[in-house]
Amino acid sequence: MALYSEKVMDHFRNPRNVGVIENADGVGEVGNAKCGDIMKMYLKIENDIIEDVKFETFGCGSAIASSSMATELIKGRPVSEAAALTNKAVAEALDGLPDYKMHCSVLAEEAIQSALENYYERHPEKKKDKEV
Amino acid sequence: MKIYADNAATTKMSRRAVDAMMPYIYDIYGNPSSLYSEGQRAKEALEEARRRVALAIGAEAKEIIFTSGGSEADNQAITSAAVGARKNKRHIVTTAIEHHAVLHTLERLEKEGFEVTRVGVGEDGVVDARDVASALRDDTCLVTVMYANNEIGTLQPVKEIGRICRERGVPFHTDAVQAVGHIPVNVSDDNVDMLSASAHKFHGPKGVGFLYAKRGVRLQNLIEGGAQERGRRAGTENVAGIVAMAEALDESIENMARDACALTRARDRMIAGLSKIPHSALNGDAARRLPGNVNFCFEGIEGESLLLLLDDRGISASSGSACTSGSLDPSHVLLAIGRVHDVAHGSLRLTPSPDITDDEIDYVIKSVTEVVAYLRSFSPVWRDLVNGQKQHIL
Repeated sequence: MALYSEKVMDHFRNPRNVGVIENADGVGEVGNAKCGDIMKMYLKIENDIIEDVKFETFGCGSAIASSSMATELIKGRPVSEAAALTNKAVAEALDGLPDYKMHCSVLAEEAIQSALENYYERHPEKKKDKEV
Repeated sequence: MKIYADNAATTKMSRRAVDAMMPYIYDIYGNPSSLYSEGQRAKEALEEARRRVALAIGAEAKEIIFTSGGSEADNQAITSAAVGARKNKRHIVTTAIEHHAVLHTLERLEKEGFEVTRVGVGEDGVVDARDVASALRDDTCLVTVMYANNEIGTLQPVKEIGRICRERGVPFHTDAVQAVGHIPVNVSDDNVDMLSASAHKFHGPKGVGFLYAKRGVRLQNLIEGGAQERGRRAGTENVAGIVAMAEALDESIENMARDACALTRARDRMIAGLSKIPHSALNGDAARRLPGNVNFCFEGIEGESLLLLLDDRGISASSGSACTSGSLDPSHVLLAIGRVHDVAHGSLRLTPSPDITDDEIDYVIKSVTEVVAYLRSFSPVWRDLVNGQKQHIL
């Protein structure tokens, strides 16, 4: 049996949405190099839709694949859906991750949350809308 | 291109070793403990293998105990010395860079009330024999220091430590799993009381190894049962594996000078090529290391993703990254030589075969260079380093 599913290897070998968005509306970075994983997410948001998303990741194969899959799951989707994305959904979309790699999917969820928090910090009025 | 560069993990069995073991898998299947001729044929093969293994390391046949491998030999040696010591001797000296078979056995003994001193190593990955000497106490019952490190290949001053232990009357064990069959090892020249080795590291089969215990050293059994191995290790002997191990060891020693020369050349060519990657560093001393060991750290990347992409290019290698071991911490060896966590995660170990060609070495160098650059291209850590938001360490 291979270490990872075909899906994980596909997203690892050909990561989607890699890179940086200049003047992003929200940027989030989670993890730390000490533990061996860092994910950085950049969001471009227009009319409450994730118009564009890019990531940079320092980490293992499943960390890179989780970032890539997470960006695919939220791109073009409403902000509310992105905010509701769970690590479980990321792992399932990848046809599963080994138990000891589940934290990589958690990191992907947290990276999106962190980028959205940053977006709300920059656009407090949106936060108000959200609460209404 | 297919390049196996993980010989420190395991080696391919040699044809001679395979041929030597075949008769004992099928035709000569008797139990060496049986008195009829089929059993005695197996017994003869077993004892012939014991003589050959003993001769290969300068020991006597009676001093060789066949085991399931290096880990079992380490466990038995350490447990024996500790448990067999006089009651008031409960202190053990080791180094910070031992194999887990040694470290975890010592941790268990600590829970049982033993005290362990782990002597540090320098940035070169070599322990100073004087530091071992100063760690010795009146209640020290064992010193265990590896012959050559399994990750960074550094050679330890075994002979000198052995001499110091002799003078102080302290039993000395060495985990020589990475050394036997690769560099000259002689238990009498090296002043060793106990030594562990593993067949699959020198082109023998997996699941077989041996413990050398100098005459007079009392051993504690890990496996109780029949009287095999002079009552020191129960269980019907792995005759085929043991015969193949003896053959592989003889062959390794016959080829040692030639292989070590080829590997040293390959190693130094690889080190020279990989050193050109910006912000990289060789781990461990450049000269005082096994002929076939290359180990680097690359800043801004993580080891597992590097290994996976090298695998895609047909290169089998290994890493001391946490992600490859399932633990959160990177290699204790890299931390012991002063690499910080961030950097230790980006390590790569290449241990090629002696028949690797220059073209293959250059392909490895090119592949590693490209993959490191690619992974850095979307690493937020690398971006911070390039932007000056973080300071380069390497």
